[in-house]
Amino acid sequence: MAEDQYKPHASRDDAAEARYDRKAFIVMMALFLVAPAVVYPVFVMKALCFALFACAFNLLLGFGGLLSFGHAMFLGMAGYVSAHAAKVWGLPPELAILAGTAASTVLGVFAGMLAIRRQGIYFAMVTLALAQMVYFFCLQAPFTHGEDGIQAVPRGMFLGFLDLSSTTVLYYVVLAIFTAGFLLIYRVIHSPFGQVLKAIRENEPRAVSLGYRTEHYKLAAFVLSAGLAGLAGATKAIVFQLASLTDVHWSMSGEVVLMTLLGGMGTIFGPVVGAFAIITMENYLAELGSWFTITQGAIFVVCVLAFRRGIIGELEAWLRRRRAG
Amino acid sequence: MTEIFGVPTQALFGQLLIGLINGSFYALLSLGLAVIFGLLNIINFTHGAQYMMGAFAAYFLLNKLGLNYWWALVLAPLAVGATGVIIERLMLSRLYKLDHLYGLLLTFGLALIIQGAFRHEYGSAGLPYSIPEILSGGTNLGFMFLPKYRAWVIVASLVVCVGTWLVIERTKLGAYLRAATENPAMVQAFGVNVPRMITLTYGFGVALAGLAGVMAAPIYQVNPLMGADTIIVVFAVVVIGGMGSIMGAVITGFGLGVIEGLTKVFYPEASNTVIFVIMAIVLMIRPQGLFGSR
Amino acid sequence: MIFKRKLLAAAAMLALSAGAQAQISGNVVKIGVLNDQSSLYADLSGQGSVLAAKMAIEDFGAAKKGIKTEVIFADHQNKADVGSQIANKWYDAEGVDVIVDTPNSGVALAVNQITKDKKKAFLVSGAATADLSGKACSPNTLHWTYDTWMLANGTGNAIVKTGGDSWFFLTADYAFGHALERDTEAVVLKTGGKVLGKVRHPLNTQDFSSFLLQAQASKAKIVGLANAGGDTTNAIKQASEFGIVKGGQNLAGLLVFLTDVHALGLEKAQGLIFTESWYWDLNDDSRAWTKRFAAANGGKYPTMVHAGVYSAVLHYLKAVEATKSDDGTKVIAEMKKLPTDDPLFGKGTVRADGRKVHPAYLVEVKKPSESKGPYDYYKVRATIPADQAFRPMAEGGCPLVAAK
Repeated sequence: MAEDQYKPHASRDDAAEARYDRKAFIVMMALFLVAPAVVYPVFVMKALCFALFACAFNLLLGFGGLLSFGHAMFLGMAGYVSAHAAKVWGLPPELAILAGTAASTVLGVFAGMLAIRRQGIYFAMVTLALAQMVYFFCLQAPFTHGEDGIQAVPRGMFLGFLDLSSTTVLYYVVLAIFTAGFLLIYRVIHSPFGQVLKAIRENEPRAVSLGYRTEHYKLAAFVLSAGLAGLAGATKAIVFQLASLTDVHWSMSGEVVLMTLLGGMGTIFGPVVGAFAIITMENYLAELGSWFTITQGAIFVVCVLAFRRGIIGELEAWLRRRRAG
Repeated sequence: MTEIFGVPTQALFGQLLIGLINGSFYALLSLGLAVIFGLLNIINFTHGAQYMMGAFAAYFLLNKLGLNYWWALVLAPLAVGATGVIIERLMLSRLYKLDHLYGLLLTFGLALIIQGAFRHEYGSAGLPYSIPEILSGGTNLGFMFLPKYRAWVIVASLVVCVGTWLVIERTKLGAYLRAATENPAMVQAFGVNVPRMITLTYGFGVALAGLAGVMAAPIYQVNPLMGADTIIVVFAVVVIGGMGSIMGAVITGFGLGVIEGLTKVFYPEASNTVIFVIMAIVLMIRPQGLFGSR
Repeated sequence: MIFKRKLLAAAAMLALSAGAQAQISGNVVKIGVLNDQSSLYADLSGQGSVLAAKMAIEDFGAAKKGIKTEVIFADHQNKADVGSQIANKWYDAEGVDVIVDTPNSGVALAVNQITKDKKKAFLVSGAATADLSGKACSPNTLHWTYDTWMLANGTGNAIVKTGGDSWFFLTADYAFGHALERDTEAVVLKTGGKVLGKVRHPLNTQDFSSFLLQAQASKAKIVGLANAGGDTTNAIKQASEFGIVKGGQNLAGLLVFLTDVHALGLEKAQGLIFTESWYWDLNDDSRAWTKRFAAANGGKYPTMVHAGVYSAVLHYLKAVEATKSDDGTKVIAEMKKLPTDDPLFGKGTVRADGRKVHPAYLVEVKKPSESKGPYDYYKVRATIPADQAFRPMAEGGCPLVAAK
């Protein structure tokens, strides 16, 4: 998807960009650090997990130019493995989360090898097909308990000394995980690897002619995205002590597209904002049932028609206009 | 009685026939989708919701206006097609210069809105709609009892599919349409109103979805979510058939019905998933689909 | 003199404060109705349950007795994670004392666990899994209206005894469906019937023609529908189309509600046999209550789930009054001690394992010609007395009972 809308940084000075990013990061971290005092912490933790999921997805879409319609398979599969590891194998939470992340990474390798061979809508369709098969597997496999899901997952002691049954401790652990994932994505995007990825997104034939093995780069981005989405899912399973089919259903794949689109594709902070916006809305509208679906749809429509850069994208464009004008 | 893989042949024939009937629904639905994608390059995710609207339209026509099934067969697709025209004019037309995937996201959003609104109004238990008198009952074929209505579905679906294919591939109108999508500027220069053709084509594809909805109303519960899970299956059918090929979509639709029917006999739990396995395989081996040319 | 007066005054004040509900948290008894407001089960529970809870508060006379109450509701969308989050938020941040209803066994089990951890109260009306009074039983949860054992035994037993002794199962392929099939099969076999075959269909199947064909081919007298919601109504509709009933077989719905029959229409649903624990037309009391309910519910009649919410909340409030507290564990214990009595279910008891017991009714859907008015859908074929309707406490594997 090589559209101008996705590269708001196209004409920006790199140093200025880095400064802006650093400032935004500090603001974001400050907000998150004090959040539990003001807002119900479980809600913020949920939003953080989804923010990480959206950031991982954005890595593939916004920076890699690949729209995956099946990302829920990574979120959900990792959640199931993590929940099972913690509950049945009795692993401590950090190992359970690692197990979940590893599972989704491996799944990402297999899925990626199959999907990368196609482009555009066909790529999206392959990811959807694979996600449906994963859904079916999760529905049938005895260890997932089908519609009931894996319940009563123990939280345990993180690294042996942090008691996760305390909401506050759990919150800061989740925040740490999110931050680690976020920073990793940031580093990847600003590394030579990330530059090549952008080049591939903008003009793959040219990248090929320059000698880059584009398939390998795309696969690497896919696997990284899958692994980080899995990290989000595995953490979420521990926070909510539950792994369910909702997380592998295709509507979850649609939700993460929405979060990224709303927040701003191809921006660093966009997915975080998008995730928080959608989760907040879900919170308020949960009581009103169908209104949430209608609102989700309306946001999709409005974003596509008039707001393609998303919240952060529009913000950045406005800031640039101000600085230039 | 002879048996194949432990299933008596008689039962197998019955299942195959049922598969063909279901296939005709898939064919009708994927026909509309294939027309829209094949000719307009629009990925119409709203198709499932439009199918649902067709069924609801039939319900309203019966319960609010007293118009029976036969009226509904004509009026409901027109009504749903009209909504399609509005969608195209107001929203889709703005996205043509952008990447196709935006069209996909827009129609996905519209599907959510439509489904949510109907669910809000009508709940999810569904509304009753009966099979018209003349088509109720059935005949005993020996190996199974075939309801008349289901036989009607196969026939009607075949007629519509073949008819549509003929119009698009063999008539002048169809030729204009195909030319217009390949090279709009040139066709416009010849005096053909291309934007209007596009709008009407989208409307036609949507009307086909509505028609499928009317045909579904007597046998499936009329409920707001009836299109929701069907849409991804129909997508799979179109992708397998080849996204540019109308005949491909129709044949794949019927084929899928049969394969699903067989799966229901041997491994019923997987009957919802077998299509995706096939789609993944086809995309690996022949990415443009079985009959596609792009 | 003055000292004595002061002493009297002090004593009076002490007496007054002891009588006040100082032990009710936040001075309000907050009731949270958690159910499906927008999809599969919205009609059988949904807003109707909220109304039922409010009617219970009204009939209990909470306002007159000086007990402040508040009712809130939320949609769990049939998702265990959404339900968990709402339950957590309600207990932690919104001071909810008791959660009621919760159809969908997966969600109910999740909320059951959370309620136990936080020592609040959970009154289940909508969910089916018999595990709630079995291996998942808890001192903070009561299972009120019905459960899979009651359904399986009521329907299975009664049908086999009236001649339906060969069965073919159409089962939704998920935990609830499997449980229902397993429980019903056990009953059928125990009463001397046979199971000629079964087929599992995916959840949310639109088309049952292929499965119905298999059912027809089996020549079983009874086609048992071990599914719920849209799957059941779709299967019934299509069974009518394929002439299953006309061909001499009967359908046994294992989980059917008034709202399902209403959605199908009597033409399609006639002859269907199933078990419920309450029907609006049972007696004068239930009819009177239904009239009030329907008037406030847009003319829609109540299901047994709604009745269960009313009955449970009424009993809960009595227990709150008796213990002068809304502490979950205490009130639940009290609810087990007090015998129940309400206009809908009559007199009954709540067992140690949390199971409320009352009679169950085997009903058959009327033919269109037999129906004389709105929602006049059932004829009661048999009444199963309370002591036989539910699983014996000893067989449930509930840890609370085993400890005795």
